[in-house]
Order: sequence, then C-alpha cells, then structure tokens
Amino acid sequence: MGKFQLITKGLIKENPTFVLLLGMCPTLATTTSAINGMSMGLATMFVLILSNIVISAIAAYIPDKVRIPSYIVVIATFVTLLQFIMQAYVPDIYETLGLFIPLIVVNCIVLGRAEAFANKNSVVDSALDGLGIGLGFTMSLTILGLVREILGSGSAFGFKFIEGDGILAFVLAPGAFMVLGYLIVVFRKITSKK
Amino acid sequence: MDKLIVSPSPHLHTKTSTKSLMRDVVIALLPAVVVSVLFYGWNELLVLGVSVASCVLLEFLITKYLLKGACTIGDWSAVITGILLALNLPATTPWWVVFIGAVVAIGVAKMTFGGLGQNLFNPAIAGRVFLLISFPTYMTDWTKPAGFVGNALADGYSGATPLGLVKEGGIDAVAGLDYSDMLFYNIGGSAGELSAIALLAGFAYLLARKVIRPYITCSIIATVAVFSGIFWAIDPATYTDPVFNILTGGLLLGSIFMATDYVTSPMSNWGGVVYGIGIGVITMLIRYFGAYPEGVSFAILIMNSVVPLINKVFHAKKYGR
Repeated sequence: MGKFQLITKGLIKENPTFVLLLGMCPTLATTTSAINGMSMGLATMFVLILSNIVISAIAAYIPDKVRIPSYIVVIATFVTLLQFIMQAYVPDIYETLGLFIPLIVVNCIVLGRAEAFANKNSVVDSALDGLGIGLGFTMSLTILGLVREILGSGSAFGFKFIEGDGILAFVLAPGAFMVLGYLIVVFRKITSKK
Repeated sequence: MDKLIVSPSPHLHTKTSTKSLMRDVVIALLPAVVVSVLFYGWNELLVLGVSVASCVLLEFLITKYLLKGACTIGDWSAVITGILLALNLPATTPWWVVFIGAVVAIGVAKMTFGGLGQNLFNPAIAGRVFLLISFPTYMTDWTKPAGFVGNALADGYSGATPLGLVKEGGIDAVAGLDYSDMLFYNIGGSAGELSAIALLAGFAYLLARKVIRPYITCSIIATVAVFSGIFWAIDPATYTDPVFNILTGGLLLGSIFMATDYVTSPMSNWGGVVYGIGIGVITMLIRYFGAYPEGVSFAILIMNSVVPLINKVFHAKKYGR
C-alpha cells in the first residue's frame, strides 16, 4: 500500500464512521453542530496520530499480555495533554464537548488503530494511518454535524439563515440516529457505484 | 394458462384483501373525521387534506422514483396514515408542519423499512411523536378555531387538554368537567380526541366487519382502568379516576385505531393482551409521573419495538390445529 493510499483510505474505503461504524458514542453525541463535530474530529485526530507514532515505536518492547493496558496508558497521556491544550486555547469548545474529550481514551477508533495497525507497522506509516483515519473521522463528523445543524437550528457553521428554531428533533438524540442512518445509505450508494 | 396459480394447500379463497381491510378502516374513521371537521371547521379540513394528500403523494414518489418498484398507493394504507396523523394533530397546526410529519411517517417510519408489512413502528405515531419533540409550541397549542356548528367552548378558546390541565394545576383544574362532556365533544384536544362516541362507533364497525379482534383494545383499556383505579382508590385527591383516564387524551384513538395496526402489533391473541398491558402501563406511568401530560403515542411506539419479542414467545395458532 502506497503512502498516499494510507491517507486516502480513511476518507472513503475505511471511513471510520460510515463504513467501519466505530466511535459511535462521540459521533452521535457531539455532532449537534458542524463546529462541534469538526472539533471532536480534530481532537480525536490529534490523539490518533501521536498515539499511533508512539505505539508503533515502542510496540517491540511491550509484552503481548499487557499490550492493551499499555496502549491505554499511552493514549491517556495524549488525551490529558489535549485536555490541557484545549482548556488553555479553546475553552469554549472544551466546555461544549465536556466529557467527550476525556472519553477519547476509550474511543475504539484510537485503540483499534493501535491494535490493528500501529503495532505492526513502521512509525511513518502509522503516523500517516492516524492522519488518514483522523481526517475521515473529522470529515464524517463535520458532515453529520452540518446536516443536523442545518435541519435542527437553521444555521450552518454558526451562521443563521432562517429565523427561529429548526426541526428540534435533529438536535436531539433521535435526529442523530436518523441522520447517521441516512448518511450511511448515501455513502453506500456513492461507494457502490465505483 | 396465465390464470392458473400453482400454490401449496390450503386452497381457500377469500374476498378479503389488504385493500378491502384498509377501506374498512377508513370507513370506521369517518365518524371521528366528520365530528372533528364539524367542530374545528376549515382549519381541520386543511390539516386533513394536507396530511392525506402528502402521505399519498410521498408514497407514490418514493415507490416510483426512489425505489423504482411497484406503486403501492392503491392499498389505501397511506390514506389511513394520513387521516390518523391529522387526527393526532391540533387543528391549528400549520400546513408545513403537517407535511414534515407526513415525510417522517411515510418516508422514515414506513418506506425506509421496506413499506407496508415491513415497518417496525406505526407510521402515523412516529410522525406525531417526531412533531411533538420538534415543534412543542405548535403541537400543544389547543386554540379552538371556529367550527361549522356551535360548541360549548367559546370560540377561540385557548385551553389545554384535560390531561394538560391536570399536569399543570393538579386534579382540581378539571373538577368542572363532566363525563358527558368527554363522551361527546366538549373537551379541548386534537381532532381525534374530541368525541369518544365517534371513536367507539368506528370500533363497533371494525369489530362487526371482523377487521380487528378486540383483544388489544380491551387489554389496553382494562389495564388503564385497573392501574388508575388502584391509584385513585388510594388517593382520590391526587390521582385522576379511571373513567377520566379512558375518555380523555388519545387513549381511545390510540387503542382502537393505532395499537391494532396489523403490521406493528403481535400476531397471536395472547401476545396482543401482553402488548396491550404494556401500552396501558406505560401510558399511565407517563400520565401520572412523566413530564408529558399524555403518553399513549410514546407507549405504543415503545411497545411496537418489543413486538418481535412478543411474537417469539406467543406463537400464532397454526391453521387447522
């Protein structure tokens, strides 16, 4: 697999949200608006790239039996870093995402890439893999958030284009499931043509 | 030779078809429709018209252009969904809100699952609940528009439903209401909750034509009666009495026309009884202790989702045994 493909596969072929259906908890909970979805995606990408690099570098020294706890320690370190950085520079977004930032520790995408890719590939490849999957996750969450924001609040990226409220259900949990379901349908339709 | 149908036995023939059953349901709904139009006037006609027209149109467009399959609007089921959705809404609902409800009912709850016979949830209730959580202001505006005939309530009377009054002001708020008011037409509410008599007339017609069996409906009503009876007997100053609970809100409309939907209710009689008890208990829990004044639609949706499990436990009787 070429280096370029490592990045692009996360966007369509192995899209973590629409194809692998991983990381559903932050996907459904944080995508109430496009900005929130994008922030969550970028935050996850940050952790994903760094943890992939470190885990691929130290994978040879970790005993097989304790590899999952070790990965979690590495991931938790970067999540804590991320928490402090976000608290310092983007406190508003940190407030909105709340609990879901520390929850990146147990995000199955991050752990999944560590287990499935980083521990048997080179550092550079793992970094690119983290970048690709992270970009795919960010893209999906932004689209999901954008659709929910347009339907639910009548705005896009915070710019209101309709007075008053939208269809409230799309901001609430049921709307998240419905939009996710239909986006998967659209995604399958597009990818099946190729 | 084309007319020769080869199929396994039993070779029984019946004139009953999906179409004839559905047409019977439409006929059974007519008394409630007539009453609601008489008392809510042009507004109600508009809601009914938009609802039925958009349901049928959406089903036509989806089957023809999106699924590119056989067009199924001839079986009348979209008409029923349209009427039921309209009877579940306040007469003052704006037309575009009704249209969104129809999109959710037909597009999301019915056609996404594969059309009539495949849908897990009752389309009309799914549409109503979606509107209730999306547009709470429109969906709880019980302003009474001027109707074609007089009504004991003043014209333009802006009031809550009896259940809404109880939720806000306690049981004293409905002390002035008579049972006969509820039985006929004198209470505020959505079109389908207006007249218990009209709904019961439809029920009698459905039973006489053997379109539905009485198990589900009776089990829901009995459960509500027993549940509220126990609470009322313990503390009549706080809890509303059984007759009030049966005659108000969407209980009759829901238990006669929506819980008994063939597709989304259990197949066996005993399964139907269990399903009805579930709906009755959830309805009363929401009415007494929940945040919403009325819970029939939520109760039916919740029980719809466990119907496959009920069907596993209670097998329908095999033909000939």
